[in-house]
Amino acid sequence: MEILVCVRRVPDTSENEIQLNAAGNDIERDELVYSINEADNYAVEEALQIRDRVGGNVTVVTVGAEDDEEILRRQLAMGANQAVLLYDEAFTGSDGKGIATVLKDFVQKGHYDLILTGVQADDGAAQVGGMLAAMLDYPFASLVNAITVADGKLKVSREIEGGNREINEIDLPCVLSIQTGINEPRYVGMRGIRQVASVPIPTVGASDLGIAKGTVGEVSAKVKRIDYFVPALSKGAEMLNGSREENAEKVLELVGAKGGLK
Amino acid sequence: MARIFAYIVHRSGVVDDSALELAAAGRKIDATAPVTAILTGWGPDFEAACNSLRPSFGEIWKVSNQALAYPNAELVRQALVHVLPPGCILLVPHDHFGIDLAPGLSIKLNSAFASDVLAIEAAEGDALKLVRQEFRGQVSAHVRCDISSGAVINIRPGAFKPEIGAAASGTIVDKSSAAGTLSARRRYVETIAAESGDVDITKHSVLVSIGRGIQEKENVVIAEELAEALGAAVSCSRPVVDAKWMEKSRQVGSSGKTVKPKVYLACGISGAFQHLAGIKGNPFLIAINKNPKAPIFQVADVGIVDDVLEFLPELTNKVREARGVAAK
Repeated sequence: MEILVCVRRVPDTSENEIQLNAAGNDIERDELVYSINEADNYAVEEALQIRDRVGGNVTVVTVGAEDDEEILRRQLAMGANQAVLLYDEAFTGSDGKGIATVLKDFVQKGHYDLILTGVQADDGAAQVGGMLAAMLDYPFASLVNAITVADGKLKVSREIEGGNREINEIDLPCVLSIQTGINEPRYVGMRGIRQVASVPIPTVGASDLGIAKGTVGEVSAKVKRIDYFVPALSKGAEMLNGSREENAEKVLELVGAKGGLK
Repeated sequence: MARIFAYIVHRSGVVDDSALELAAAGRKIDATAPVTAILTGWGPDFEAACNSLRPSFGEIWKVSNQALAYPNAELVRQALVHVLPPGCILLVPHDHFGIDLAPGLSIKLNSAFASDVLAIEAAEGDALKLVRQEFRGQVSAHVRCDISSGAVINIRPGAFKPEIGAAASGTIVDKSSAAGTLSARRRYVETIAAESGDVDITKHSVLVSIGRGIQEKENVVIAEELAEALGAAVSCSRPVVDAKWMEKSRQVGSSGKTVKPKVYLACGISGAFQHLAGIKGNPFLIAINKNPKAPIFQVADVGIVDDVLEFLPELTNKVREARGVAAK
């Protein structure tokens, strides 16, 4: 099976406190730790596991910039067969639809049976996979937390409310957005990354893909971020500022007062 | 202004709470324009769901088709593409169905897509100024959405307050014949109910709930010791389950369990809305997190900025001391 995984490099929210910059028009990007978007990492692992079961190739692709090579190399170290960076100044400022358009044109230059994305990135929009599927006219399923391959089709489980799972059969080719927790992504150390240091990662631009001017990038974006802000705090929590011991005593007292001690 | 529709989620003849929230969101776009409900489904339950909306919406578009008996997003998308007028604004709840349906629908309708919207601040000509959250709720963003060729807007559940007393006596308009031929390359097979697990966290009055801040599996015991001392149970947020540190049955949130304790200790939990959606009954919420900007502090009753790996053992000692004294 030929599998394409679309990934993105994002500020790692488990490593960073996200703060506004002085001008208030962006987040403070100095000293941010970046990594592959968490759900995308699960998507790559899932692709590798499917390939190892049924054969084929895994290609990892990102719409990004030079700095994004580092995450592509990390995915190669995990075991992806190849990685491609889609970069062009014309892509800058794309909204979700613009990103999906670039990916669509890349997909149509190749041949893929299965396309995976992470369910959502740090902007939480959960949009590119579904848009890409619609542009390609492929079937789509979101929030996928299990995949089995059988008879040239897939059986996929979707995470729905209350921990329940919705089972669907889906034809190939298709696009799936992968939920975190679907597998246990393998660890990649520095040694693994060094081993793939010389593997070429081609850069593909707008003209390679035949993307017409004005169809992607900021000019075509219908959805644009104006600014970032921190909402005025609601009443918020009463903060305990004592010593650790004093705070623990206070919490114990509160748990008792609220009927929590049996 | 384009015509505004609300996609109504329903089950077993009962419409979802999001129905009135979408109506309220629609009035934020245009206070004077009526919001039209649109539903897809099949059978007597579906008819009942349509009828139950008559007090709340002026017009209810019904798309009845046997293929839509189960809400398969691929089929619903096909039907809506045929039924909706060009250039309209469609509001959809941002839940597991909305995530499945809406992005692809916006492409098929050639309209803009705005995801997980918390507030609609202003309509300015052909654009809406929307509020979203990014980076797990650590910051908010204003977003400009061009609606000149229509828009699909996913609305965060619970973000808009339903307006009481917006009485209507809606007419039901049957749009079933416009749905066209529906055929799916994705077929619904079955729903598998969540596993119940060894401990039923929904039955406990005190929950020691752990998140990413617990850092590794070996540290879960710190929470278990506190829970044991308190006579409580350990629950958790999604990252703990994703990392396989606890069973799925311990997860609180929209994709996990809904709990109603008296006291909820959120330990190293950032406070994503999907997690908070699983906490009902307004418990006394105590949050411990080393990030003073963690969103959990906005909803907690009491907050402590500290490392849970240090604080929880201290609290466990205090509980044991207090109980030891009480036992004498």
